[in-house]
Amino acid sequence: MAEAKPKDDRTAARLAGLSFANEGWQAPARGDALARLTAMGVPGRRDEYWRYTDPASFNAPEAMAASTAGDGDDRPVFEGIDRLKLVFVDGVFDAAASDPLALDHVEISLLGAAQSDIHWARDLYGVLEARGQVPVKRPFAALGTAFATEGVLLRVTGAVPKPVALIYIHRAETSDAILHHCIRVEPGAEVTILESGPAAARLTKVMEVDVAEGGRFHHIRAQGPDHERRACTHIFARVAGKGLFKSFTLTANGVMTRNEAVIELVGDDAVAHVAGAAVGDGRFHHDDTVFVTHQGQACESRQVFKKVLKNGATGVFQGKILVKPGAQKTDGYQISQSLLLDDDSVFLAKPELEIYADDVKCSHGSTSGAIDETALFYLRSRGVPLKAAQSLLVLAFLAEAIQEIENEEIAEDIQQLLEAWLARHEH
Amino acid sequence: MLEIKNLHVKLEDEDKVILKGVNLTVEAGKVHAIMGPNGSGKSTLSYVLSGRGGYVVTDGSATMDGHELLGMEPEERAAAGLFLAFQYPVEIPGVGNMTFLRTALNAQRKARGEDEISAGDFLKLVREKAKALKIDADMMKRPVNVGFSGGEKKRNEILQMAILEPKMCILDETDSGLDVDALKLVSDGVNALRDAGRSFLVITHYQRLLDHITPDVVHIMANGRIVKTGGPELALEVEKNGYADLLDAEAV
Repeated sequence: MAEAKPKDDRTAARLAGLSFANEGWQAPARGDALARLTAMGVPGRRDEYWRYTDPASFNAPEAMAASTAGDGDDRPVFEGIDRLKLVFVDGVFDAAASDPLALDHVEISLLGAAQSDIHWARDLYGVLEARGQVPVKRPFAALGTAFATEGVLLRVTGAVPKPVALIYIHRAETSDAILHHCIRVEPGAEVTILESGPAAARLTKVMEVDVAEGGRFHHIRAQGPDHERRACTHIFARVAGKGLFKSFTLTANGVMTRNEAVIELVGDDAVAHVAGAAVGDGRFHHDDTVFVTHQGQACESRQVFKKVLKNGATGVFQGKILVKPGAQKTDGYQISQSLLLDDDSVFLAKPELEIYADDVKCSHGSTSGAIDETALFYLRSRGVPLKAAQSLLVLAFLAEAIQEIENEEIAEDIQQLLEAWLARHEH
Repeated sequence: MLEIKNLHVKLEDEDKVILKGVNLTVEAGKVHAIMGPNGSGKSTLSYVLSGRGGYVVTDGSATMDGHELLGMEPEERAAAGLFLAFQYPVEIPGVGNMTFLRTALNAQRKARGEDEISAGDFLKLVREKAKALKIDADMMKRPVNVGFSGGEKKRNEILQMAILEPKMCILDETDSGLDVDALKLVSDGVNALRDAGRSFLVITHYQRLLDHITPDVVHIMANGRIVKTGGPELALEVEKNGYADLLDAEAV
């Protein structure tokens, strides 16, 4: 109770700077989201899921200025991959920089432009986000539904021949972007979504993904390498029977990143894998907050999160598997690990399992450790120099997460990015 | 090739002295064996020579071709031609055996100012050497030593030796955990590498290995020192009478 008043004040302050555009087909969803947000308020450190991550910079009325610089010699990610490019500059779609919105087996429209009623999107926009508010409140996701005017709406109707790439560019030092993407994968359809680049000084993002019966969704995201980024992102996914959802995120640098993934396996024999590899050096705070709900029978879920931390970097993992009554034959797996390269870095992990069915297999593990000195000596005794040996072991540590990327060309690209990052951040 | 003089070594974390004045010279092209009871300091000697942490050299020296080894980093010793076949080869999940071997070989070549080996030549080299040791392609694809049997791990050590072509090879209880067939395979691998420019220091508890890898010189180590040196017959004597007789005789 004591916190109610300041919480209301913080929420009011956060909302004061935003303009609420309540028109078009999204109007009811926006109105509901704003009501949700007002009711729950923006988070404080006392909120259970914000104990390890300070929400202050997400709560602040304005974005803190952030340099657009990365590490200097880093190259654009996914450069060599044939993809349909959709470019957002400081959170605003840039038609001139983007490819035409045309690709086989996918209908592409923009949230801002789609003024006419798109039925499928109306049934999705804010819907999964609202479902994902229980039992854990996600105020910034509601904010994303209420206030986003930019984003893509993708309806996937078949096997899309190449990845759809969302490319983010950060130009203005204090840009404050709010994005909301909706993706509907129709029965038996398949798509790969790529996301890359620093979006803005501060990014609030929601992606809702609805995978219908037998649909297949692949998501590979590269966050960074901007150092001063503050990002609070959410993926809400609903996976129907025999559907597949796979999401991988590479995070390099960033003072404040929170990635939430809320996944519901609603049909039988569905699969959801969510993975992350994060590398941070110095002022780095990275939080993966994951919630997987098993409702259908014989579904498989995997959470694989690896963090490499040095020079006082902080990593957070809050991951939950909820197995609902009747979700028999569930196969759940969760691993969260950190490699601490010095004594100053911190890893905070909160693995949770909640199981209401009796015929399930759920395993979870969380470890935190330094580089294995025995392995290091073994490599060096064969002539591998110290730094190269350390990099080899760091990459080995991250391998399980990288292996979650099915597309070999994309996995190789991510691997090279990591190698380059490690070379720049050698001890 | 290898010259160890008055080597004294203690543990870094405690005041326990392990080596108490080891003197040993291994000439080019020779095979020397070191035998000795548990706790005599055999493995410590191999670790100190290869540069493992946790030990402090309090006196003495160890040179290879006249270069002082003890101040070098482990990777510098490897590039200079020193190789330790581990008693317990280390499992490294996530690092492919091929990647590991190629990284090691190229790092050594680079350190010596040589060009990197091409992918094609490397593959050819590995195939040829692996075949002789009956190491199949699947083992090469797997992460380093992960899921390998005891015999496979030891064969993998010899494969690394065959590919890296060191001048001075130290084999630390390479026979431990091997069955008769694996012992034969590993020994054949070692014998194939014997030549006038390469020396071996074979550390073992048992005569068995020395039936396959015939040593030129046998040393008996006890309590941190070499207490007796002789020919191959010395190993047979140990096998027959144990260490106790030998050590008692020394004490007199």
